[in-house]
Amino acid sequence: MQKVVKRNILGYKNNESKSQRAPFHSTAGSLWTDGAQERLDPQRFHVPALIKPVLSRLWRSVAIVVAIAALNFIIVHMAPGDVADVMAGESGAASPEYLADLKQRFGLDQPLIVQFFVYMGRMAQFDLGYSFRFGRPVASLIFERLPATLILAIPTLMLAFVMGSVLGVVASRRVGTWRDAAISVGALVFYATPLFWIGLMLIILFGVKLGWLPTGGMQTIGANYTGFAYVLDVGRHMILPVVTLSLFYMAYYARLMRASMLEVFGQDFIATARSKGLSEGRVAYRHVLRNALLPVVTVLGLQVAHLLGGTVLVETVFGWPGLGRLAFDSVLSRDVNLLLGILLMSSILVVSTNIAVEALYRWLDPRIGAA
Amino acid sequence: MAPLLDVRDLTTHFFTQKGAFAAVDKVSFSVNAGETMALVGESGCGKSVTAASILRLVPDPPGRITGGEIIFEGRDLLSLTMREMRKVRGGRIGMIFQEPMTSLNPVFTIGDQITESLREHRSISRADAERRAIELLDLVRIPDARRQIHNYPHRLSGGMRQRAMIAMALACDPALLIADEPTTALDVTTQAQILELLDELKRSLGMAILLITHDLGVVAEYAQSVLVMYAGRGVEAAKVEDLFHSPIHPYTRGLLGALPHPDDDVDSEGRPLPLNEISGMVPALDAMPAGCRFEPRCSYAVPACKMTDVRLAPLAEGVRSAACLRAADIVQDQP
Amino acid sequence: MRNALAFWRRFSRNRAALLGLFIVLAIIAVAVAAPFLYPDDPMGMVAQPFLWPLQDPEFPFGSDSLGRDLGAQIFHGAHVSLLIGATATIASVLIGVTVGSLAGYYGGWVDEALMRFTEVVQTIPPFILTIIVVAIFHSTIGTIVVAISIVSWPSVARLVRAEFLTLREREFVQAGIVMGMSDFRLIVTQILPNSMTPVIIAASLMMASSILIEAGLSFLGLGDPNVVSWGAIIGAGREAIREAWYISALPGIAIIAAVLGLNLVGEGLNDALNPRLRRR
Ligand SMILES: Nc1ncnc2c1ncn2[C@@H]1O[C@H](COP(=O)(O)OP(=O)(O)OP(=O)(O)O)[C@@H](O)[C@H]1O
Ligand SMILES: [Mg+2]
Repeated sequence: MQKVVKRNILGYKNNESKSQRAPFHSTAGSLWTDGAQERLDPQRFHVPALIKPVLSRLWRSVAIVVAIAALNFIIVHMAPGDVADVMAGESGAASPEYLADLKQRFGLDQPLIVQFFVYMGRMAQFDLGYSFRFGRPVASLIFERLPATLILAIPTLMLAFVMGSVLGVVASRRVGTWRDAAISVGALVFYATPLFWIGLMLIILFGVKLGWLPTGGMQTIGANYTGFAYVLDVGRHMILPVVTLSLFYMAYYARLMRASMLEVFGQDFIATARSKGLSEGRVAYRHVLRNALLPVVTVLGLQVAHLLGGTVLVETVFGWPGLGRLAFDSVLSRDVNLLLGILLMSSILVVSTNIAVEALYRWLDPRIGAA
Repeated sequence: MAPLLDVRDLTTHFFTQKGAFAAVDKVSFSVNAGETMALVGESGCGKSVTAASILRLVPDPPGRITGGEIIFEGRDLLSLTMREMRKVRGGRIGMIFQEPMTSLNPVFTIGDQITESLREHRSISRADAERRAIELLDLVRIPDARRQIHNYPHRLSGGMRQRAMIAMALACDPALLIADEPTTALDVTTQAQILELLDELKRSLGMAILLITHDLGVVAEYAQSVLVMYAGRGVEAAKVEDLFHSPIHPYTRGLLGALPHPDDDVDSEGRPLPLNEISGMVPALDAMPAGCRFEPRCSYAVPACKMTDVRLAPLAEGVRSAACLRAADIVQDQP
Repeated sequence: MRNALAFWRRFSRNRAALLGLFIVLAIIAVAVAAPFLYPDDPMGMVAQPFLWPLQDPEFPFGSDSLGRDLGAQIFHGAHVSLLIGATATIASVLIGVTVGSLAGYYGGWVDEALMRFTEVVQTIPPFILTIIVVAIFHSTIGTIVVAISIVSWPSVARLVRAEFLTLREREFVQAGIVMGMSDFRLIVTQILPNSMTPVIIAASLMMASSILIEAGLSFLGLGDPNVVSWGAIIGAGREAIREAWYISALPGIAIIAAVLGLNLVGEGLNDALNPRLRRR
């Protein structure tokens, strides 16, 4: 034991005689040149790093859309019976000749495999075909209805994401207080509540009992508003459906954000941030939030797919003339072309959201794609 | 001259589902300006909690500082407002942590994280802060500092990250640097480099270091004074030379016996001799003995040890102290 | 056994989880009691139409527009909701575990192909996909279960795959490989049992979402026409919502209770089984 002590003490003494380094401030700032070049440093903004993976992602997305188109075709054609049967059934006395004529007109008499290739070939030319039911090009039907759905979906996503995140952050910063409890319980309840039920209850309360807001449709029928009055009218009609859709997703994001924030709060680099003397607010909003957003952003793509399903219910409850309701009607009437067109459209929406999400993620998290 | 940091009877409790326990129990020590003071002890003995307590960074809940004083530059840190405390953190006291891999925020550049500290404590322009960040990276000898400030932590090796951490902690010329096992997570060569760097910085900047480690070799080489901790308590405090020359507390004696001896202690065939380990285990926090906490493992124990809650007490010589009933007997036994 | 006890102790420390368990048990009790409390056909017209709750002591839950007892419908509806929720969950877990373990165990092109397929399925709006499946085949409890599991399995598959990817590298699995265990035995006896924790947690949450999906389907009139279901009562109540909103309101509360209870149980399981999060 004595030996060790001596050696260590010696080591310590040797150490003292080491050359002294230059004092703190003398490593001059003269190396510093003009900042202009600095600002353009591509590494700093990693522009190429941002674009290249997005491009490769784009190709993958095209492949996914093609696969979805094929899958949709298979699912839809698994159905016993087609539009001809439904229409024939509706018009009552259906003569076999009439049926055969219908089928031939829509190409339904061809073998399925031929129909499949015809369909995929048309998709490749962005030709969605004709709706059997409406006798109009599917594309024009979709673009007629798409805006109505978008003005529900986009505000919903923004409201839910922003408000949900804010609530989650507030709750996470005050864990265990009444504020956290109120937000958590609220989120839990709305997360468990069916959309359509909330819609109905809001109609009763704000439409029927209080009479503040319209209970259905997208505009006041027969009012023929134009210009700003029209925008205002649609805006009033939007409120209840958007709130209905938002509550569920808001609850979802609040829960996710709270959990994500708490997870990050426990990490080592937060102790580092605090040890630098940063205020709790700065720690939470700069160091925690930025990291906590990552898992929350990732689910946006899935949420868009989920949301498009939700619009079917909300558009039904509020009589909203959107794509969701159109999809539902096309299923019921076996309007295959229209249904396939809508499904393709929604998968393009989902896939493009995923691309945007990925770009956003790359921007938020420098660890990805840098390798 | 009054010490730079004087910790007196610091007590920090954790309140868990199993009940409250003191992770740090009336620990006292002081750090003089320009000196390195080491806290040593086995894993879990409360070193990190002590360090966190000094900066009042113990996570609450479950932890809370329940007693004592932390006098730093003449003020009791425990009586400061949060705002005043924040000026101390990163301003007068810098801190570096055990895990360089996880102690830097992955989504900000090294430069951002250094300038953040500067801009928090000084009114300094963005450009000046960046200039200073480059100086700091040069100082901790990160090559190509002008480019590295734009780099993200994941691009740096562990050693480089720890250097960046040091640069961050030193940003505002602190009087005291708390280094919580700064090299445990690094490989052996890097360890030595980082410790050398800290030692040089200490000299050139005239700051004090509170060095937390469980490596007595490091203590011997870099520290001037030392506090040995066991199960939340200080058991022996001394100048480094004294401690290694004549350890008093049986626990310290055990630890020193357990030091690996890389070259001297090999047998005739060149195999290392077995370490002189202390038998037994550190008692669980909820099952601490009432008397001396080391008593169950102690070969010097007498029946009175079971009863007496013995605390760190100065020995006759005055400059050192030990928490042992039998300290006087042991001193007499020394050759 | 001791494990089970320790688990229960952790689970029961969480008051929210206990509340959830209590709600779920209460709903199971309701479903079991339904045939005894209301032995007659819940679709039978037995009362005066539009009886508000508590208006007539014989029908404490009131009656709908056709004079059917709302209480009988809600009690029998619990049975359908739980049945569909549970079977759809089991089916999704089976599909998801199969896909996920194949992808995670074999890796390479198997993984690539299966995960691409999973991604494709997840890109189709799930609720619309269930509508299509139910509409294509006739609406029965069976097709509803199939439809729900078609959209629910991908999340389980991802979960299981991730577990497999980490477990595959562990010593006990490597040991099994060295000992020449067959892939099937290795998967079923070694890896699967060790990756069940997240699956169990996901299952209880998935049962909650299955109940929500079923409610949505039957609200749209796509439910099994031969049984009562909460969503269908709400849908039917819509016709007279201005005058008799309670018809739609009451079953909604039942749905919320069931889904909430299952979510709470799921979270409680997560806290009790997941050592990483247990601290909080
Ligand atoms: N957040 C916490 N909650 C509950 N107990 C804690 C917490 N942090 C630390 N402790 C307890 O306090 C005791 C002291 O821990 P501390 O981290 O200070 O040990 P240490 O001496 O730094 O060990 P190491 O060498 O492993 O870093 C440990 O027993 C630990 O269990
Ligand atoms: Mg420690």
